[in-house]
Amino acid sequence: MSSAAKHALIDPVVDNNPVTLHVLGICSALAVTTSLLPSLYMCLALTVVAAFANAAVSTIRHVLPTSIRIIVQMTIIASLVIVVDQSLQAFAFETSRELSVFVGLIITNCIVLGRTESFASKNPVGLSFLDGVGNGLGYSVILILVASTRELLGAGTLLGYTILPTVADGGWYSPNGMMLLPPSAFFVIGLIIWAVRSWKVEQVEKAEFRIHEVHRTEAL
Amino acid sequence: MGSYVELFIKAVFVENLALSFFLGMCTFLAVSKRIQTALGLGAAVVVVQVITVPVNTFLYHYVLEEGALAWAGLPDVDLSFLGLVTYIGVIAAMVQILEMVLDRYFPPLFHALGIYLPLITVNCAILGGTLFSVQRDYTMSESVVYGIGSGFGWALALVGLAGIREKLKYSDVPDGLQGLGITFIIVGLMSLGFMAFAGIQL
Repeated sequence: MSSAAKHALIDPVVDNNPVTLHVLGICSALAVTTSLLPSLYMCLALTVVAAFANAAVSTIRHVLPTSIRIIVQMTIIASLVIVVDQSLQAFAFETSRELSVFVGLIITNCIVLGRTESFASKNPVGLSFLDGVGNGLGYSVILILVASTRELLGAGTLLGYTILPTVADGGWYSPNGMMLLPPSAFFVIGLIIWAVRSWKVEQVEKAEFRIHEVHRTEAL
Repeated sequence: MGSYVELFIKAVFVENLALSFFLGMCTFLAVSKRIQTALGLGAAVVVVQVITVPVNTFLYHYVLEEGALAWAGLPDVDLSFLGLVTYIGVIAAMVQILEMVLDRYFPPLFHALGIYLPLITVNCAILGGTLFSVQRDYTMSESVVYGIGSGFGWALALVGLAGIREKLKYSDVPDGLQGLGITFIIVGLMSLGFMAFAGIQL
């Protein structure tokens, strides 16, 4: 694998993660992270859409007039999402019920449109495809982390298998019900960002404003 | 009447699009640094939501739904798989039309909302509002109320967060949490606050 391809694939996972660094694409996703299985389907759906949308936009990048590019990109993405949505309903009906409107919301996921706009419209097909896969993976890593934390602490299970036997089943773990409620997704993401930025210090944002101490006599 | 009030309260507080369904997060986090801009975007979202949710619900019930084309003599046609493309097209078109109308008749409002209108096309809260309205099978009048409620709830959360973030400038946040991290924690706390309305029955 050439270094450019490797870079397109690996870079978005940690160093340029679309979720933690660019705040893109968390919209439609967090609501499905109460348990791991629907999150995995969601990751798969987004990665497929991002990769193929990137490839498709990159194929037509030389013939696409710039004035109508956004609407063309939206149409391509919407068509891909319909394909994914219909296949989920055909092959994984239960999960597609659980994901409800959130598969449809991949259309407005900023990662997909952001990558077709900023990467695929300037780069060759193969590389764009890999970039789509890479960004899908970057998103998946965060989603899987959040989902496993919430399912493990909230219900003591992972993918439905018991990991921490709960008190109700005669075990020792008393589940934290808040983990199954929406606010915990925000807390978990906040903590993940904290962890990533303590590790990759260059991602820390500068404070807009520092209070600096002025002695009383200086202020006069 | 009572059921409409209940639907409104539920859409604003309990099922707040931003805080309990995580919709429109990208813009929610990016445009919540100042109250002034938050108010502008919030107003734009309410307007667009009030228009697009009923229009899309109308289209679903009279064109796309299975058997909906019976009025045109085509009772066997099921176009519901075209839903997503239709909704996003309607939203993009509505935003464009709204932009032109505002520019022509209400220039001051156009200049106030100007930069936020294009952003709204890709705002998941708008598409989400439509999808929920269709999925829950709201009638036309219910979808109008839901459009107002969900738009207002989103705007309320946005302005609230902007207010907190303006004050937050003066606080001493740990390095790694600076900016994005602490914002997520705050949104989580706000979400907890909004959930307190969950028990309300009218």
